[in-house]
Amino acid sequence: MTETFEEISAADFFYRNRDIAGFTNPARAIFSALRELVENALDASDLAGVPPDVYVRLSYEDAEKFESKSEEENDKTEEETETFETGVYRLRIEDNGSGVPARHIPSAFGQVLFGSKYKLRQTRGTFGLGGTMAFLYGQITTHKPAYIVSSTGKSKVYTYKIMVDIQRNRPIILDRKILLNKEGWRGTIVDFSLEGDYIKAMPRILEYLKQTALVTPYANITFIDPKGRLYRFNRATKQMPSPPKETKPHPYGVDVETIQRLVRITPYRNMIDFMRNHFHRVGEVTARKFLETTRISETRNPKKLKPQEIVRLVHMMKRFNGFLSPDTSCLSPLGEELLKTGILKELKPEFIAVRQRPPSTYSGHPFIVEAAIAYGGEVPKKNDFALYRFANRIPLLYDEGSDVSWKIIKSMNWRRYKVTPDMPIAVLVHLCSTKIPYKTVGKEFIADRPEVKREIINGIREAARELQRFLTKQEHVERERKRFSVFSKYLPKIAQFSTDLSGRTERLDISKLLDKVKKFEEETD
Amino acid sequence: MKKKRISSATERKKEVITNLTNFGNTLYDQMEKGVFPWIKMPSRSTENIYYNTELRQYVLGDKSVKRSSRNIRHIRPFTQLVWTAFFANELTQQRKTSTLRDVYYSAQAYDMKFKDQAESNNIITDLETVAKFAREDFNVFPEERSAIFGDLTIEYSVPGYEGKRLNLASHPDGVMIGPALTSSEFVKTSADKVIAIEKGGLFTRFIEEQVHNKYNSLLILTAGQAPRATRHFIHRLNKELQLPVFILTDGDPWGMHIAMVIISGSANAAHLRELTTPDAKWSGVWASDIVDYKLPSDPLTEIDVKRLYELQKDPRYEGDLWQREIKTFFKHRKKAEQEAFSRYGLTYIVDEYLPTKLEES
Repeated sequence: MTETFEEISAADFFYRNRDIAGFTNPARAIFSALRELVENALDASDLAGVPPDVYVRLSYEDAEKFESKSEEENDKTEEETETFETGVYRLRIEDNGSGVPARHIPSAFGQVLFGSKYKLRQTRGTFGLGGTMAFLYGQITTHKPAYIVSSTGKSKVYTYKIMVDIQRNRPIILDRKILLNKEGWRGTIVDFSLEGDYIKAMPRILEYLKQTALVTPYANITFIDPKGRLYRFNRATKQMPSPPKETKPHPYGVDVETIQRLVRITPYRNMIDFMRNHFHRVGEVTARKFLETTRISETRNPKKLKPQEIVRLVHMMKRFNGFLSPDTSCLSPLGEELLKTGILKELKPEFIAVRQRPPSTYSGHPFIVEAAIAYGGEVPKKNDFALYRFANRIPLLYDEGSDVSWKIIKSMNWRRYKVTPDMPIAVLVHLCSTKIPYKTVGKEFIADRPEVKREIINGIREAARELQRFLTKQEHVERERKRFSVFSKYLPKIAQFSTDLSGRTERLDISKLLDKVKKFEEETD
Repeated sequence: MKKKRISSATERKKEVITNLTNFGNTLYDQMEKGVFPWIKMPSRSTENIYYNTELRQYVLGDKSVKRSSRNIRHIRPFTQLVWTAFFANELTQQRKTSTLRDVYYSAQAYDMKFKDQAESNNIITDLETVAKFAREDFNVFPEERSAIFGDLTIEYSVPGYEGKRLNLASHPDGVMIGPALTSSEFVKTSADKVIAIEKGGLFTRFIEEQVHNKYNSLLILTAGQAPRATRHFIHRLNKELQLPVFILTDGDPWGMHIAMVIISGSANAAHLRELTTPDAKWSGVWASDIVDYKLPSDPLTEIDVKRLYELQKDPRYEGDLWQREIKTFFKHRKKAEQEAFSRYGLTYIVDEYLPTKLEES
């Protein structure tokens, strides 16, 4: 017997391992597909600098078939009828984003791991995997092509009908049309079929859209579900967070492979210039000081570095204390104002405290934590905190219990902040980074990095202190209200009984006395 | 301390009503001026209760408490007090009587619920302190009843009986000292003394044996500790008719104290006057009588002895007679009931013991 060795393409790899990309079962698959494409749509709008208008429609592929089937199955038990929802759906997503340049359309949608997101700046997606993975899943479950319409707003609109050649990881273009863009439309429409289970996925999809609307308060999101129900999330502002800038790698965050790649492409002939031009926030002075610690000459040609020198360089980069922290222009936090707007819009709380922590880094990756606490209003009351987790403006819905934020909330002494579990309280944590420390590929929960954890704790604590002040004040107001109600209950009785007792007939006016009690209340407020 | 000398029950009623009306006027005026109504009244805390040797009863000292409706903790009891005054006024005006329990329930009709009977009783005591009248004067009576027998003619003032007269010797079981009797006027009497008796058995024996005739006396059954209405009634007999009062109780610390409360009152009623009869005499059964008459007796219990120690230090017991009898109790450690005289025959107590004691005291 001999083993056969073969190479597989990236598309093939993900086809065989679709679980890790979140396409485990029909319910999860339809959720993941919708989510990946919504995120792409929002990223495209961010890139174009326009407030997003995202339209999502999910429909039964063969509506008649579904209807007749559902009538037939009316008498059957619930369990049985539930399974028929696993069927073929059609998903259509439209955005008003930057559009994809015509020559990139086939690859962007028909090739796994092709994309514009491999740079060091904050985006929702990271791998250029999600969108194509959705098509790939659609293709393998329905064997139908995907339709893409896109325009960058110039004179033409391009429409493509493509499939993925899984074994070769290449797009197959089945049809291509070029239309005149008379109305100057810009954006992208994708339309494809996939197998899924909407009924099971529905709660997650709706929660996902609600939380997305919360963290993207400048977006209009429209969703029409297969039953024809319309869900609409309107923007509350047109103000968008400032877009992230692309950045160079920080010395703390690089590895040997990165250095080798840089060495291959660098036009610089000495180590000082190499350090200054390829790394984030490294100037001449820092470069010189650093190189002294490495025993590599300043004038050395980087292309002539020996492998063990490169290893030493990386090793020393991690130990050198003189590098400046990465700056955060590559990050795009939402900002306290926008986060507040989003929370007010979706949760209509009685009280809200929002905190943006100063930028920090872990392993050379810059990050910013934004934390918020909302109380009352439409915040769900469920005998425990509602935790909303976001990473680079995408909601994280699965594996809440494993997330670092959940552990933090559970370990905090909330009584110090006058908080009891029966209160309607939502805690929001938004982590922005060029590299989110996910624990798994599925973008579900954030790992326990001490630097990140510390910032989240600080953020939540600061918001909690503000909540405490609010609750204390509310308690005070409540006490004063009760106090006033005691006076309003008894003073009229005293007046009435005294009048009867004295035998007089003229009614006493006690409003002045009550005003005095009230005045006191305002003074102490 | 304002001293009142009220000769008739009707006048007293008038004064009660005036007092309540004044209370209402005070509060009304305060509110009219835009002031949170308040009152000042003597403190009833134990450190403000003193024994007044001149009055021979407990009185309240100079400490006073201010209750203001401005204070969130005071306003509820303050309102309850005003309501109680209002309710007492209604009762008095309409000449209806009520019990402590009634008051507790009546409050609910005015959305003035008392937490419990104790709270309601306490507010009534507050009103007594403020108005300086006993609750019986507001027509609020306790449930206990005692009785009187003898040649005393009274005239009722209660609704439906106004002007009707009754001689208290007309019923051989005696006449209950209830609201109607308490508020009646004294018309005439041939008696020249009052004998108060602790127990019903002896009260009946005295009537059967014509003690009222033989000794020219009015007989009162206190039925244990004398109710306040009865104490006030005895006070009136003593003050209005100048009748000396003799008290017969069991020969033990408890009987002795029944006599003392009629004479000098209790600390609980330190805010009230005219419940005491300082000149009344405790005629027996003394500890020395147990010895002198060789009465069948029981040994004093531990509780009896403990009580005796308390009484020995009590300022009301400063007199020679009291100290002597307490010492005798301690010496012989014996107690005897009034009925113990029956060992010498049923009439012995009336024929032999009583005349001796009346002379003695």
